[in-house]
Formats: sequence, C-alpha cells, structure tokens
Amino acid sequence: MRVAIVATIVCFVSSLVLAGPDDDNLTINGELEMITETVAPTHLEGFDVIYSGWRFRTDETQSLQIDDFDNPAMIFVDKAIDLFNTVDGTEGKACVSCHEGPEQFVGLSASMPKVIDGKLTVMEDLINSHRAEVMGAEAWKWSGEDMQSMIALIGLQSRGMPVNVAIDGEAAPFWEQGKEMYYTRYGQLELSCANCHEQNYGNMIRADHLSQGHTNGFPTYRLKQAKLISRHNRFRGCIRDTRAETFAEGSDEFRALELYVASRSNGLSVETPAVRQ
Amino acid sequence: MKYLAIVCISAYFALTIMAGSTEIAPEDVVYEDGAVDVSLSGTAGDISAGAEIMNKGAGNCIACHQVTALQHIPFHGEIGPSLDGAANRWTVAELRGLVANAKIWFPETMMPAFYKVDGFIRLGDAYTGKAHDGEVQPLLTAQQIEDVVAFLATLKEE
Ligand code: HEC
Ligand code: HEC
Repeated sequence: MRVAIVATIVCFVSSLVLAGPDDDNLTINGELEMITETVAPTHLEGFDVIYSGWRFRTDETQSLQIDDFDNPAMIFVDKAIDLFNTVDGTEGKACVSCHEGPEQFVGLSASMPKVIDGKLTVMEDLINSHRAEVMGAEAWKWSGEDMQSMIALIGLQSRGMPVNVAIDGEAAPFWEQGKEMYYTRYGQLELSCANCHEQNYGNMIRADHLSQGHTNGFPTYRLKQAKLISRHNRFRGCIRDTRAETFAEGSDEFRALELYVASRSNGLSVETPAVRQ
Repeated sequence: MKYLAIVCISAYFALTIMAGSTEIAPEDVVYEDGAVDVSLSGTAGDISAGAEIMNKGAGNCIACHQVTALQHIPFHGEIGPSLDGAANRWTVAELRGLVANAKIWFPETMMPAFYKVDGFIRLGDAYTGKAHDGEVQPLLTAQQIEDVVAFLATLKEE
C-alpha cells in the first residue's frame, strides 16, 4: 500500500516536471546568451509566450548545444568552410571568389525566407542559384549534406540574433498560404501542425515531448538520424506522420509554410545549428 | 460422414453470410447523439485483443491517453484525458461511437476517427508519405473496434 502511494506521488511529480518547457537558460560557450523564451509576436493568436524547442529537450540533449566542442553539428560546419573555399563548376569559382568569408552573412539567416524579385526565396534557393548562375556548378540536393552544412555555416553567423522575418507587403500572400496550411488537418489522422505544436506543446505524445515546433535551430543535428535535418525534411516527416500525402522538399507549399513557421519564431534567437533528439 | 461434411460446410456458409450481413460498413454506421447501439462486426469483442490495439498499430490509443490498467507498457501520452473509469462515464454504445468517430461528440477533437473512410485532406498511403490509391480502409476494422470497446468497458473505478 505504502509502495503504491509512493509510486503515485513519484508519477505525479515526474509528470509535473515533464509538462511544459523547463526553466533552463541557454548560454553558448559560456558567453553567448540565447533568447529561448519571449513574448509571442502580435500576429500569433495561439499563445502569449514562445519557447525554443531546446527548452523541451532532456538535460542530456540540451548539454550538447551549450559548448561548440560538444555540438555534433560543428563537424558539418567545418566541412562547409572547406566547401566555401573549394572551386566547383565550369566558371572555376568558389564561394570565396565573390564573398570574403562566411562572416559576410551576419543577420541574413535571421531574416529568411524573404521575397526576392516576386519569388518567396529560402536559403537553399539562394545557394543553388549562385551555384548555377555564378559558378556554373550543379545544384545541391535540398536535404543533402553539402547543402545543409552550408546553410548551417551561414546560419551560425546569425546565432544569437532574434529571428525577424517580414510578413507584410509582398510576403503577405505567401504568409497567408503558410498559415492556412498550419491549421489544415491533413491525412487519415486529421491532424494539423497547430493540434500538436499550439494546443499540445509541453504534453507527451507517446514517447515524444511536444515543443512549439519552431525552426530557429535549423538545420538541426538530429541524434536519432545522426545528421543535419533540413526544415522541409522536418515538415515532411510531421505531415507523413498524420498518414497524409506530404508535399515535396523545395515545393512552393513548403516555402510558404517555412515563412509562416519562421514568423512564429520572431523574437527567439537563431540557434543554428541546434541539437535535437 | 458425407452428410456431416455437407452440414458443416453449409453451417460455415450460413455463418459467414450472417457475419457478412451483420458487419456494418463505415458509411452505414448510425450515430444517435454520437453513440452506436449495435455491434459493428456482429461478433463480441475480445478484451485482450483490444488491449493490444490500445498499444499498437493503427490504434495506438496510449499515444494520447494514460491507462493505469496498461501500466506495464511504457510511454502513455497526455493529449487526451486518462481513460481510467471510462466505463463509469460512458455506456458501451457511447464508447463504440467515441472510438468509431469521436468528432460527433467532440467536433474539434484531436482524436482521430477510427471507423471512417471519407472526408480526408491529402489522404496518404499509411505512413509512406505517398498519395493513397484505391479503396480506403478505416484505421481499425469493425472487429478491432469491438475489441477496443470490450477493453474500454473493463475500465471501471470504484
Ligand atoms: C502528430 C503530431 C505532430 C504534428 C501534426 C506535427 N508535428 Fe511537428 N513535431 C512533432 C514531434 C513529436 C516533434 C519532435 C518533438 C518536438 O520538437 O516537438 C516535432 C518537431 C517539429 C519541429 C522541430 C522543432 C525543433 O525545435 O527542432 C518543427 C519545426 C515542426 N515539428 C513543425 C511542424 C509543422 C510545420 C507541422 C505541420 C505541417 C507539424 N510540425 C505537425 C509532432 C507533430
Ligand atoms: C491524437 C490523439 C488521440 C488518439 C490517438 C486517441 N484519442 Fe481518445 N481522445 C483524445 C482527446 C483529445 C479526447 C478528449 C475529447 C475532446 O474534448 O476533444 C479523447 C477522448 C476519448 C474518450 C472519452 C474520454 C473520457 O474518458 O471521457 C475515449 C473513451 C477515448 N478517447 C478512447 C480512445 C481510444 C480507444 C483510442 C484508440 C483506438 C483513442 N482514444 C485514441 C485524443 C486521442
């Protein structure tokens, strides 16, 4: 009987601990303080406070993001530095032929995606169009290692800066499209992004602790897959899990969704490259 | 001997025809205030098969619900209410309706409809991410619904 009571208390306490984000602060390399919690942007009706996905992870996973020596994504950042300096394509050029160095891209990732020449443009588009038009090099695969490593390197230059994507003007119709998708209940399980990440963040769904589904840490190093995961790959996985036909990586639908989801993170620090379970 | 065989065969056919005629297709289920009075399969549910479905496959009810009777299975979700005492709160007909299509009681609920074949947006081919092709099967069969309902009916509290 006593055992049963103790067990009940333990269960109760542990479920309290699991519910919601934890109270930890994220400071990287002992100096870079990250905003993992802030007032929700006014265009967000679902909640008042937004939290980084980092706040929902176990201490063990969290610790891998506290020091760059422990962050397994940094291997890919190093690879991208090599790629940055490597000549590729018919024009005999490397990124470094036009850009002094990755530092030139401070702040860029914090404001992406954005509309350029009427087209909603994500980082993969920028990289592949430079490769094709300037270097005469082959396009990189959307979720391939080269592409996501380069995005991690560019994203790292904005680490700590608040996400700040524009949703008005030319971006407005794309943003509306993404929002519509966010609230659509796809698949045979009829689940929307909002069902899991707005109404149930902090709750367990089977063995998974649901976060608010922010993209400020992407590409993230996912321990389960032992590689960098692109935003579109994550969206694809989440939609597939509703027993739905997903959209393709690099589709216009996912560009629009990417803009909308990024706008939900406005105010949180860019954490690229983050580590998730 | 021959006579016995014929009797057996005809009894078998009679039974399958009966079973066939008593199974109610997803489109034909009649909900009264969200409840379904008649068995969907015509065959009584199996409690232990029901307990399996709570944990596995397209059922996976404990992804969202805590159930003390299934404590030996790890990772119960927190999306829906605990199902402890569900049989005190709901009749068998109501439980059947809730499992078949909870959206009739709770229009906005996150709980999937387990015995429904239409009205989906971008229906996929199970968890492949590809488009679905051909006849749509409900998440659970008529008999699986009955099995789950039989299990739920055991969830009583003093
Ligand atoms: C059935 C539940 C479910 C649905 C529906 C769902 N997700 Fe997720 N999502 C998860 C789980 C579980 C994880 C991993 C844990 C976490 O970070 O929440 C996750 C993680 C994510 C992440 C990574 C967060 C991080 O910090 O690394 C993003 C981004 C995301 N989801 C976006 C979406 C979008 C956009 C949609 C809709 C197109 C969606 N999700 C629909 C369950 C879901
Ligand atoms: C994706 C989440 C999810 C899954 C999977 C799910 N449910 Fe539910 N269920 C809910 C929610 C949420 C409610 C509460 C209804 C509401 O207010 O939306 C609910 C309510 C119920 C109720 C009534 C609760 C009570 O005790 O008053 C029963 C019974 C039930 N579910 C049984 C099941 C069974 C059996 C399965 C599997 C075959 C299942 N559920 C799968 C989310 C889920």
